[in-house]
Amino acid sequence: MPQFDPTTFSPQIVWLIISFAILYWFMARIALPRISDVLDTRQERISGDLERAEELKSQAQALADAHDQAIAEARAQAQEVVREARARMGEEATRRQAEVSERLGSQIAEAEARILRGKEEALSNLRVVVAEVAQSAAERLVGEAPSDELVGGAVDAAMRERTS
Amino acid sequence: MASPIEQFQIRPVVPIEALGIDASLTNSGVLMLIAVTGIATFLTLTMRRRALVPGRWQSVAEVTYEFVAGMVRENVGLEGRKYFPFIFSLFMFVLFGNMLGMIPYSFTFTSHIIVTFTMAAVVFLGTTIIGFARHGLGFFSFFLPAGTPWFVAPILIPIEVISYFTRPISLSLRLFANMTAGHTLLKVFAGFVVTMGLAGFVPLVFVIALTGLEFLIAFLQAYVFAILSCIYLSDAIHLH
Repeated sequence: MPQFDPTTFSPQIVWLIISFAILYWFMARIALPRISDVLDTRQERISGDLERAEELKSQAQALADAHDQAIAEARAQAQEVVREARARMGEEATRRQAEVSERLGSQIAEAEARILRGKEEALSNLRVVVAEVAQSAAERLVGEAPSDELVGGAVDAAMRERTS
Repeated sequence: MASPIEQFQIRPVVPIEALGIDASLTNSGVLMLIAVTGIATFLTLTMRRRALVPGRWQSVAEVTYEFVAGMVRENVGLEGRKYFPFIFSLFMFVLFGNMLGMIPYSFTFTSHIIVTFTMAAVVFLGTTIIGFARHGLGFFSFFLPAGTPWFVAPILIPIEVISYFTRPISLSLRLFANMTAGHTLLKVFAGFVVTMGLAGFVPLVFVIALTGLEFLIAFLQAYVFAILSCIYLSDAIHLH
């Protein structure tokens, strides 16, 4: 076999050393640093992007939280306003009701008083008319008018008797 | 017809004699230079754009890098980073040597025992020097693992010593034998195709299948050579 011919050894060893040395130098100095540069840059870029995405996500989360909180606050505030308004309106209603009933009461009392006064007036007018009628009737019957006091007393007695 | 081992013949291309030794550029040397040029061209052209998002070719270069880097990381650890360029060069050199040998009428320099042995010897001497440099005389404890009972030492130490010193031989023989056997077998069966006439299609099918297998072996042997170098390096650094 040609592999075991010792005369082929030295040229192959020499060129193996030469070519492998060139290859090693090229790999170590040029090719591999270039590849690792690209890989490192990419790794940095990816982790940087991930970091930024994480940051943005937390920002968005904070904004969403703030938004939620604002809504909750607004809702609570609205409820407070509604509750207050309802309370105020209830108060107003009772106040107005009291006012109206008071006014009505006073009007009723006033009307009652007026009725009473009217009634009294009517009664006193009636007394006068009755007295006059009684006086003139008595005058016709006896030809002489009885005195006012006498007729007044009789009418009062009669009216008291009727009304009681 | 040419003999199946005629393909392994060394032919001088440029006869050179330096310092009293024959340093002629032979067909083997030419293929070595082509392999080096090929590797350099491949890694330069594919990484030319240094794109952040790699194209198809750049991915190939990056995957190759990651493949060998992963091999070194897993087998040697972080201390192996320093030796990564060497392992990478070794892997690529053997891989390209094997693959270039698959081109018809070319030459497979990895089928020469002197080439594989020189590489294995460099690995062996290199790892031994690294071992002594890191551990001093403590490196001898490699031959007697800690916790071994004293009475097995007389048996164990010679075994460990022999297995250590056969490393360059097994490393170089494995690659040399695989490449030589594969290429010889291809040639033998290709010869049958011619001599058997019409029935020659049977060995032809065999040759086609064998060619596929040879490509697999070409890659696998480069991988084995590189990973064993990693393991020897790891032994030198970590002592078992």
